Amino acid sequence: MLRFLTYRLAHSLLLLFLVSVIGFTILHLAPGGPLSQFALSPGMSQAELERIAERMGLNRPLPVQYLDWAARFVTGDWGESFRDGRAVLDIILGHLFATLLLILTSTILSVGLGTLVGVLGAIRRYSAYDYLATVGAMVALSIPTFWFGLVAIYVFSLRLGWLPSGNMYTIGDESVLDYAEHLIMPSVVLALVQVAIWSRYMRSSILDVVGQDFVRTARAKGLTRRRVLYVHILRNALIPMITLTGIQLPTLLSGALVTETVFTWPGIGRLFLDSLGYNDYPVIMGVLMFTAIFVLLGNLIADILVASVDPRVRLE
Amino acid sequence: MSRVLSVENLGIGFRSEGQDFTVVRDVSFSLEAGETLALVGESGSGKSVTSLGVMGLLPPPPQSRTTGRIVLHSGDGDIELLDLPESRMRRLRGDRIAMIFQEPLTSLNPVHTIGDQIVEAIRSHRRVSRAKARARAVELLEQVGIPDPQDRLGTYPHELSGGMRQRIMIAIALALEPDILIADEPTTALDVTVQAQILDLLRRLQKDTGMAMLFITHDFGVVADIADRTIVMYAGQTVEEGRTGTVLSDPLMPYTIGLMNAVPRLETAGLKRGDLKTIEGFVPDPAALPQGCSFHPRCAFMQEGLCDTSPPSIEDAGGGHMVRCKRWRQIGEGRET
Amino acid sequence: MLTNTSPPAIAEKDRRWITSRPVRRFVRHRLAITGLVMISLIALLCVVGPWVLPHGMLDIHIRDRFSPPGTETYLLGTDEMGRDLAARLFMAGRVSLMVGIAAMVLSTFLGAVIGLVAGYFGKVIGTVLMRFTDAVLCFPQIFLLLVLAAFLEPNALMITIIIALTSWMEIARIVSAEIRSLRERDFITAARISGASHTWIMFRELLPNTIGPIIVAATLTVARAILIEAYVSFLGYGIQPPLPSWGNMLNNAQQFLDTAPWLAIVPGVAITLAVTSFNFIGDGLRDALDARSDLQ
Repeated sequence: MLRFLTYRLAHSLLLLFLVSVIGFTILHLAPGGPLSQFALSPGMSQAELERIAERMGLNRPLPVQYLDWAARFVTGDWGESFRDGRAVLDIILGHLFATLLLILTSTILSVGLGTLVGVLGAIRRYSAYDYLATVGAMVALSIPTFWFGLVAIYVFSLRLGWLPSGNMYTIGDESVLDYAEHLIMPSVVLALVQVAIWSRYMRSSILDVVGQDFVRTARAKGLTRRRVLYVHILRNALIPMITLTGIQLPTLLSGALVTETVFTWPGIGRLFLDSLGYNDYPVIMGVLMFTAIFVLLGNLIADILVASVDPRVRLE
Repeated sequence: MSRVLSVENLGIGFRSEGQDFTVVRDVSFSLEAGETLALVGESGSGKSVTSLGVMGLLPPPPQSRTTGRIVLHSGDGDIELLDLPESRMRRLRGDRIAMIFQEPLTSLNPVHTIGDQIVEAIRSHRRVSRAKARARAVELLEQVGIPDPQDRLGTYPHELSGGMRQRIMIAIALALEPDILIADEPTTALDVTVQAQILDLLRRLQKDTGMAMLFITHDFGVVADIADRTIVMYAGQTVEEGRTGTVLSDPLMPYTIGLMNAVPRLETAGLKRGDLKTIEGFVPDPAALPQGCSFHPRCAFMQEGLCDTSPPSIEDAGGGHMVRCKRWRQIGEGRET
Repeated sequence: MLTNTSPPAIAEKDRRWITSRPVRRFVRHRLAITGLVMISLIALLCVVGPWVLPHGMLDIHIRDRFSPPGTETYLLGTDEMGRDLAARLFMAGRVSLMVGIAAMVLSTFLGAVIGLVAGYFGKVIGTVLMRFTDAVLCFPQIFLLLVLAAFLEPNALMITIIIALTSWMEIARIVSAEIRSLRERDFITAARISGASHTWIMFRELLPNTIGPIIVAATLTVARAILIEAYVSFLGYGIQPPLPSWGNMLNNAQQFLDTAPWLAIVPGVAITLAVTSFNFIGDGLRDALDARSDLQ
């Protein structure tokens, strides 16, 4: 386990370095260059910009600039927002809860439903249900998430008036029920694509396991169908799904951004878009880096989880 | 000796890609307590399918169809296995009839300890506490010759060798002292030395418990070693049956003779006396069985008009030696001259 | 005359033809054929439609604004300026489809080359390239796209390039994995022994053997590219008006969701149909070309 952890950690650190290099490169593409992340406000005069450039050492060789930037980054200094001067990292963390709530709810929904659909599809392989589920999954993957959101808003908010059309809560009423009402549509909409992906992979994973010898042994032992399914089949089929969750994080975050836009959900995605509108480069870069680190961490956690659950990996 | 299993006119068919194949037909045999019956044949002969049929582990209809009778004789009376609903069959499985398979490396669940897997076998059929079941597991591991059984309970399958894993499979199979143990090529995937150990173990356990063993293999060496009686199968049918000594030394069915001849002899080793003898031709496709006797296209004793017209039925050659061949008398006499 | 024992009788009602392999393959292919037909129809409509329709996409008919589908000569209705939705839809389709396909071509090329080099040379180059690929994959595609689109000028060409720049990773991974396994095969060793250059081996021996997975991945890349262009244009950073794309049509339609829902529904259906077609086709191709990765 220790060897595995060390290797995996080193791998993550390497990726973190590469991610930072990519981020730094993108920063240089910004109009105004890297200056923009730490400069005080846009629309400064050329002379002022040059003075700041000198002061910030932007005429130094790139690797030096990178190290400077990276050092600040690691210590939590991600610059200040152009809009209100607050520390970028603080702003991002302030919006984090909303996105996490959305992502978590959506993931629970999609894992639950996806597992059900996938398991049924595997058990009733090639039945009409299975074909429908497979085709349905492919169609669901093709539906633009934001469009689905718009349609949902049209049906459930505008026409039926059952659910609110946006935001995380109603001002004045911040009860759990209120939060729940606001949460339903965005999380279901976000879950659509995830359910499709999860159900297909779950079905495939189960069929892989079902064909293995130890399942035959389990049946030969006279275990109940239930026990064979849960203790033997699912227990093994779910392991690769943990890895899948990590791999799906970027897609999930992309979907979250779009969902937050349609439902005016006050998460990181919304923050990102608003900042784009204001050319608030520090925040834009900050969110970009944040998502990449989030994905990196997520995958690391997923791999550690797999190692703790699969004795073959754990006892290397 | 008392009879524990009777198989009568067993027929098993499969449905694959819209076509129906008969994989086992007209198979009949019986098992006595304390005896080992070997089921020998090449791959595709239907021997494994037969054993799966006895265990009730075949896919449900319409993918597979089973006809005939399989009767389990027990102290509480006779049970028609083919008439049983799955829930009742499940209770017999692992308890009265147990089975071990060919690939020990993949036959155990990799994410559970072997202790858990043995305990699971016990507790799914008996109402005992975990502690009692674990104690029994330790007992079993001792019986099958696993050193430090108490410590072994917490190990995972991938930490053990193939031979050890097969011993554990045997422990699991014997946990509830079944009347019948079906062993489907349990030593094929193991080294020769380990093979010998496992066979010894099985023999010893059988003597201790008095269980009947149905041993499936394609290796005549193993048959000679362990089986009291032998049945040879070809293309889904039984073609010869009798006491092992008789079948191996005086085979009457040309297929068996061919198999015996194909075994390289120690006496002729290195003498370069001619090629290795093989049986020409291939095992027939179940969808396209030859007319008459299934073996006749490959048979050295084939007689036109006799062997290619109507299928032979099982005939008694005396002393419990059964043959499915129309020319067995001539073959037997030919040998004597 | 006695014949061999007949197979156990299986009742007619149990004859579930649907489970046989040829049928399975046919259905899969039927899906692919459906996808092919759909996308051909869509492409046809987009190319020929604007000429056949009575109204141009820019023609404004204020009096007929917000007409629902089926009103008079407006097949799919009109928008807030009285423009024919059908005409706009088809023109937008041209843009969205072209961007999708062009992005696919670029990203496939890029991904294949990177994968080829990484897989063939292995060791340091391979590791660095693949880790780099992994690092880029850490950035959620939309975030990356939006940043690049905001920093650079968002015209149709730029968008295509940016989409390509954020879509090549999957193909690079697939190709690299394929090459790594093919590299050890005898025919490659034979080529090396007979003095073939690296370029030769890469492009004439290895690449042709990976065409199957590449084609499957490329098809699915089109699907993703069309979707991602829609996302980015919807958010306002993709194809800019007056050039229509399905995505920016949806952006426009948001504000009229209550009064003229068809403005939002129609482009979305178009996107869904187009992307579904490519997904179906890709699935069928995977069945035909990429036997290993059969998702059963």
